[in-house]
Amino acid sequence: MKKRKERIDRGIKVRSSDIFALLSWREMLYLAAPRLLPVVGCLVLPLILGAYWQKVLLSVAVFALLAISWDILAQTGMVSLGQALFFGVGAYCSGVMNHYWGLNPLITIPVAAVMGGLICTLLLLPVLRLRGIYFSMVTLIIPLVLVRIIEATRIFGGTEGLSGMTPLPSKWIELYLVMAVLLTALFGFRRMMDSDYGLVLKGINDNDRSVISAGINIYWFKAQSLFIAGAIGSFCGAFMTHVYMFVGMPVFALDYSILPIAAAVVGGPGTLAGATLGAFILVPMSEALRGFGGLRIVLYGVFLVVFIVVLPEGIFHFIQRKYHQFERWVEVEK
Amino acid sequence: MLIGTTLYALINAAILALMAIGFNLTFGISGVANFAYGAFYVLSAYGIWGMLNLLHFHYLIAVIIAVFANVILGALIYRFVLLRVRGQALSEVIATFGIGLAILELFSYFGWVGFEYNLPVFLDRSFIIAGTYVDFQRIAIVGFSAILIFGLWWFAHHTATGLAFRGIAQDERTALTFGIDSDWIATLSVSFGAGLAAVAALFIIPLGSISPGEGYDVLIRALAVCIIGGLGSTGGVIAASFIVGFAERFTDTYIGSHWTMIVSLAAILLVLTVKPSGLFGKQKELEERI
Repeated sequence: MKKRKERIDRGIKVRSSDIFALLSWREMLYLAAPRLLPVVGCLVLPLILGAYWQKVLLSVAVFALLAISWDILAQTGMVSLGQALFFGVGAYCSGVMNHYWGLNPLITIPVAAVMGGLICTLLLLPVLRLRGIYFSMVTLIIPLVLVRIIEATRIFGGTEGLSGMTPLPSKWIELYLVMAVLLTALFGFRRMMDSDYGLVLKGINDNDRSVISAGINIYWFKAQSLFIAGAIGSFCGAFMTHVYMFVGMPVFALDYSILPIAAAVVGGPGTLAGATLGAFILVPMSEALRGFGGLRIVLYGVFLVVFIVVLPEGIFHFIQRKYHQFERWVEVEK
Repeated sequence: MLIGTTLYALINAAILALMAIGFNLTFGISGVANFAYGAFYVLSAYGIWGMLNLLHFHYLIAVIIAVFANVILGALIYRFVLLRVRGQALSEVIATFGIGLAILELFSYFGWVGFEYNLPVFLDRSFIIAGTYVDFQRIAIVGFSAILIFGLWWFAHHTATGLAFRGIAQDERTALTFGIDSDWIATLSVSFGAGLAAVAALFIIPLGSISPGEGYDVLIRALAVCIIGGLGSTGGVIAASFIVGFAERFTDTYIGSHWTMIVSLAAILLVLTVKPSGLFGKQKELEERI
């Protein structure tokens, strides 16, 4: 007697998502809960956490944004192994504007986000035609080159970096600024990826040649996707510059490339929400393991391997499936 | 000065070729990504060091054990990790890079860094060639890497296994119809590459000392040689080693040691931008760009 597992949508999912006739509070809650949970969480968490964990929350949000930026690029078919490039360029943009020209952080951060996005797009424009692993290798190498160029030419403070940046007015502004950006990016870009525009981007990932034969200029769309991802990454860099009040060579460190990828892989690539979830799991975990020092990176490596091999869909897709569907064993017909 | 620099550039090219040869066998010739290559290199170096200094084994026995341990480890990693993500190039890269990261960071957590972590040279003697001191180890490297490159070319072009290696990189399905067990060949390719990493460590480590950072360095330089030369081309390995080797040594002497790494990284970027399959690469020209 052979059995197989059958997955069926829950009745409440069918009623609430397809028919659009919300009959009860329960159905409304079923639809609203997954959206309300992160919103309420992001707004309430800063109030209930202590000073130390508030700092952790800041880096959670920053890594979640970096992971979202990675995921947008990956959904357009460009897998980046160097998010540190976006982070570092944004950090140096706002650092230079603040250090040499004395501009206010509330001006430098948005300007650096746009400028960083433009610079990253221009830097990667020559390799826009590359596909798959070749593009990844270019993104892996550019941050390494930039670090060494800064070291060799001693521009922008060289190995010392620039310190004494103006901090943001208060820690509440810091926290709620980054939370607002995170929520806007998460929901806004999720919506964007569901629109026709996002469909073109996903189409480039699935089959770029057929997108070309539909008469669409994929290079223009790839460049736009790069600009979006670059701007998000640069915002993170610019923001962290003013939080740490320092910018230097560590902004191009491997951490900023590895952790976002790990977050997206653990959480589940292709949804943006998965990337955010991954960051909310990995960063606090790594803080809890701070006592182990270098072992944290060992753990990231192991996590990456285990999730890619055992659960390649990621945690978010797993939870989503359990939420929308139930499973049962049925007999296989002869 | 010029002659000495040229001589050392030649030796540097030989070192690069020796470093890259295992990676080239795995990634270049049979198309299986093993980005834990640098970690294998460091792992075998620490293995030999431990067997010599902690367990007091005979040198030859320690070397043989280390090479075989690497071969087996390579096969295990293929069976338990790579096999499950085979064909998805980026998952292969991320998974193996994760393994490499874990191994290297584990060693740096132990903090085994310093001059006492070193392997013995084969023969402690030096010669004067054209007015420059050259020690025996470096001459051995030049000779051995010439032999290995010729061996690699012969293996990839004139043995059934070597042809199978190239076959699975060019078209796995067609290779299957010719009776090539692609999983077995890919296992062999990863484990031979890992074994060659141990051999490279054995020759090159005595010139410096063992450190976990060396692992990333070896990976990047092997990648540079592989990409610049072109995947699947033995002549490309030689040409790329010479280009990178000479460029590194001459920038080191005439411009400054800060620029050494920038030159090889910039060379990778330039080649990837202009001709992603490398100077001599013939495979996958349709897949590299659109």
